[in-house]
Amino acid sequence: MSAIALEGVRKSFGTHEVLRGIDLGLEEHEVVCLIGASGSGKSTLLRCVNLLEPLDAGRILLHGEEITRRGVDVNRIRQRIGIVFQAFNLFPHMTVLRNVTLGPRNALKLPREEAEGRALHLLERFGLADKRNDYPDRLSGGQQQRVAIVRALAMRPELMLLDEVTSALDPELVGEVLEVIRELADGGMTMLIATHEMSFARDIANRVCFLDAGRILEEGPPNEIFQHPHEPRTRQFLERIIQAGRL
Amino acid sequence: MASEGDRRPDLEVEPRRSRLLEGLRFEGEGARGVVIALASTVVFLTAVVVAVTQSPGWPEVHRVFFGWHDITSSFPEIARAFVLNVKVFLVCEVFILVFALLIAVLRSLPGPVFFPLRALAIIYADLARGVPTILVIALLGFGAPALQLSEVPTSRVFWAGVGLVLIYSGYVAEVYRAGIESVHPSQEAAARSLGLSRVQALRSVILPQAIRRVIPPLLNDFIGLQKDTALVGTLGVVEAFNQSQIDANATFTFGSYLAAAVLFVAITIPLARFTDWLIVRDRRRRQAAGVVG
Repeated sequence: MSAIALEGVRKSFGTHEVLRGIDLGLEEHEVVCLIGASGSGKSTLLRCVNLLEPLDAGRILLHGEEITRRGVDVNRIRQRIGIVFQAFNLFPHMTVLRNVTLGPRNALKLPREEAEGRALHLLERFGLADKRNDYPDRLSGGQQQRVAIVRALAMRPELMLLDEVTSALDPELVGEVLEVIRELADGGMTMLIATHEMSFARDIANRVCFLDAGRILEEGPPNEIFQHPHEPRTRQFLERIIQAGRL
Repeated sequence: MASEGDRRPDLEVEPRRSRLLEGLRFEGEGARGVVIALASTVVFLTAVVVAVTQSPGWPEVHRVFFGWHDITSSFPEIARAFVLNVKVFLVCEVFILVFALLIAVLRSLPGPVFFPLRALAIIYADLARGVPTILVIALLGFGAPALQLSEVPTSRVFWAGVGLVLIYSGYVAEVYRAGIESVHPSQEAAARSLGLSRVQALRSVILPQAIRRVIPPLLNDFIGLQKDTALVGTLGVVEAFNQSQIDANATFTFGSYLAAAVLFVAITIPLARFTDWLIVRDRRRRQAAGVVG
């Protein structure tokens, strides 16, 4: 059974169809990278999986349970799926520790001590323990994004969605965030990652999907996609990336 | 008398007064700037004093409005009556803060299901800001006790307070709403993505940020409320304004009005300065942090 499965997912904003029938499945512990130009639908796809956007058609199954059916408790589903955003979206009025414990305490109803214990353990693991009483605006972009990842992990999700998590970072801060993601992959986390970091995708992904105009045009193992792409549009996209010096 | 006319737009974050204060810094002019400012102030004030005191009616105005004895003799009584204004102000403020927040939250509920609640909140805010305060207070203050319902209080102060709460909640709800809308939607998305319910996201993530941002305009509305407590006097209740009218009628002079004005100003000016201080502090913090937060 797939950890997550998308079947014929369609989504429009007004008259613009962003996702035009997406079929995609991730096995447990699998890491799948979504690549494609801006506007190809990567972010929307991730937001749909986290039920932040309602689908127009199709369905999504989390460990075999249809999460897009009517009357589903979206809060309970979201507790099982972590998402990290491009712009971090930390809560600026809360300390790092409070950012991380908010979900466990409010959504999972964990007692304070347990939530803080869990949070401190994670902060320690990712080298952020000394930042626990700082407010987000005192942290570097890389630190903020690591806190955002820890915040999602504190819910102990079955699946992590990463939405271009390094795109808003200064180049010298990208490494520390990718390091964290690599560690998660080594730990067996199932992840669906939208990214522009092609070398990272090639390195970490079990499978790469090329999105073009709301469809998965081509998918396969990273070496195949990056070295022998079948589709002209995939080749075109990768050539542009190479020209920009990103691969 | 206080009116809606002198109210600033709810979210204008830099009030006129603070700009005036900034002008007092004589930026970059040094000692020469100070001398020029002093000289022009002296000339200006002298001109005003001369113009007023040389006017044909001045001796009479001086006797009627500025009789030192009239002001000081009426002051203790008016000060005692002013306690009621302060009480009305403080009690109403609490109810306004809660009631207005409820209305603002109703108005920010998304989706078609909540359309009736949103519509109600909009109609309410429109009415509250559209009807003159003095009318509402008269309607409630004279009308509600006349119903002679046993469960309903007949105190006019109570009904005047209800009137103030109803009117001011309309304004304050708009201030809250501006605050709620200023919190970026990505904040709600982040909270909901953790599995928080809409109510939890509102309470823990959105409202704390929204309210922090609107504290200066909220205080500004309370300066207006403090002044408008004088409207309670129109129901015949003896508060500071009414007491000063009683004194004025007894002595045929208006020194008592001045005494009442001094009392109101003694509360509203510190409030105004405090508001300005908060705004300046907030702006500095934002510049220091480089983020809106």
